[in-house]
Amino acid sequence: MLDQSEGYVTADGRQIGGVLMEMKNITLKFGGVTAISDISFDIHEGEIRAIIGPNGAGKSSMLNVISGFYTPTIGEVWYKGAQRPAMKPYEVARMGVARTFQNIALFEGMTVLDNVMTGRLTHMKAGIGAQALWWGKAQREEIENREIVEKVIDFLEIQNIRKTPVGRLPYGLKKRVELARALAAEPSLLLLDEPMAGMNVEEKEDMSRFILDVNDEFGTTIALIEHDMGVVMDLSDRVVVMDYGRKIGDGTPDEVRNNQDVIDAYLGVAH
Amino acid sequence: MLKDIFVTPFADMFSAPDFLLQVLWEGLVSGVLYALIALGFVLIFRSSRIFNFAQGIMVVFAALTLVGLHSFGIPAWISVVLTLGVMFVLAVSIERVVLRPLVGQPDIILFMATIGITLFLIGFGEIIFGGENKVMISEELGIPTGDTVLEPWGGLLILQHLDMTVVVVAVALVGGLLAFLNYTQMGRAIRALGDDHQAALSVGISLQTVWVLVWFIAGIIALVTGIAWGARAGVSFALEVIAYKALPVLMLGGLESITGAIIGGLLIGILEKLFEIYWGQPLLGGNTETWFAFVLALIVLLFRPQGLFGERIIERV
Repeated sequence: MLDQSEGYVTADGRQIGGVLMEMKNITLKFGGVTAISDISFDIHEGEIRAIIGPNGAGKSSMLNVISGFYTPTIGEVWYKGAQRPAMKPYEVARMGVARTFQNIALFEGMTVLDNVMTGRLTHMKAGIGAQALWWGKAQREEIENREIVEKVIDFLEIQNIRKTPVGRLPYGLKKRVELARALAAEPSLLLLDEPMAGMNVEEKEDMSRFILDVNDEFGTTIALIEHDMGVVMDLSDRVVVMDYGRKIGDGTPDEVRNNQDVIDAYLGVAH
Repeated sequence: MLKDIFVTPFADMFSAPDFLLQVLWEGLVSGVLYALIALGFVLIFRSSRIFNFAQGIMVVFAALTLVGLHSFGIPAWISVVLTLGVMFVLAVSIERVVLRPLVGQPDIILFMATIGITLFLIGFGEIIFGGENKVMISEELGIPTGDTVLEPWGGLLILQHLDMTVVVVAVALVGGLLAFLNYTQMGRAIRALGDDHQAALSVGISLQTVWVLVWFIAGIIALVTGIAWGARAGVSFALEVIAYKALPVLMLGGLESITGAIIGGLLIGILEKLFEIYWGQPLLGGNTETWFAFVLALIVLLFRPQGLFGERIIERV
């Protein structure tokens, strides 16, 4: 194993930074059901970290813990070197954690542009009064935000649908708009919940390319959940494998691939 | 009989176009106020799925507070600012005391909670300001009282300065709100919250902040309508009725559509006036304005169940 406390170099030679987020002994219970039991792992700055596992393994629950939608029953979440207290999702978002959803959560009635603009809400500083009067700081901010948003829109190649209401878009494009909205927040940590679920091969390839480009171009740290083993192995630097709420593997794609527990979980063995 | 319905009214309209203009103008004045109030309903509904039954009493409460503060010897404009402060405190209290504990409850519970707010404000308003009718301090606020007489086609068209002021202020407020909703981050947050709570949380929108904001906007709307309507009809608890005039507007325009609220408001304002003058008074003995809007809305719903601007709901099976 590599010593990963202070960063490491990936197989393809990229330098990965220190620990950005660390989950320590996370347990999450809903009544009598234990969704996650005693899982620890970390996410380094600049890496693409995947969480995989069969259905019901607790992957989405873990993502929801990271993004503040769930508060762990036991365990600590460390972010940027400090323990994070229990927080509301919008507070977590304001600390630089952006996310997408498994079942696409966009603002259907609003245009693509407006949707992506909402991604900038975490950077809003001007007061409501100033905004109401379209005054000074508010006006400058709106223009600044707009520039960043346009850059993201260009980057994800959705210029031609900027003014289209999101409700009218096909599934694959919606996923991309959702990614755009998360990117517009210029997040320190980008969480993707099954970014390729329900896509055809071509759409999957596009999405993979965008994920790699985002990581490459902006140096964004990405944690993603995915079903499709092949995609995950190609994309990610390190992989956490979950099964029945427990962690059964953690390491580079090659290490994970050869892990007997992981093979059992995916292929199934008599317990 | 058929002639009275289908011929005479239109003949009257053409023979006295100046009077028709007068009727349209008066309809427009009511219409902008309906639109404004409907907008208050729509904003709250979009961001929290609550049908705010208390909108009407908020109009009364705002008007009473304004008049009450002035009666303590506070100058009119300072009273307006203070009343806005009171409406803000009201918005914060409603969010804290009523909405926050009820988050996640079925919509009907929240709706009933707004009925509770209504009853509370009626009692509270009476205790503090008394139940007797009061006069709106329109003169002190500098609202002009005279009128302008125009003579189109040699006829007569009287434009009350009060009405003109109401139209200007209401149009400015509606326009300002639209710009706020469409071109500012906070406005986007309000619209976003209505579409998807989860997604809104994930981009850093705080439910609480947005709720306080929309209730405060509803408060501002209540104050403006309270002043406008109170200046004509006096300030009493009967003012509440104006808010219920917004109900058919919402049936027509849809509870979620901002454009629908505005166009629906104007349509109803104008059509109910036309109906009253040309059909109601000669054929039905008048006083049709109290119910015409509802009948109109129901007829429209027969043909377009989603309202004029609502999205057609297609159930996928």
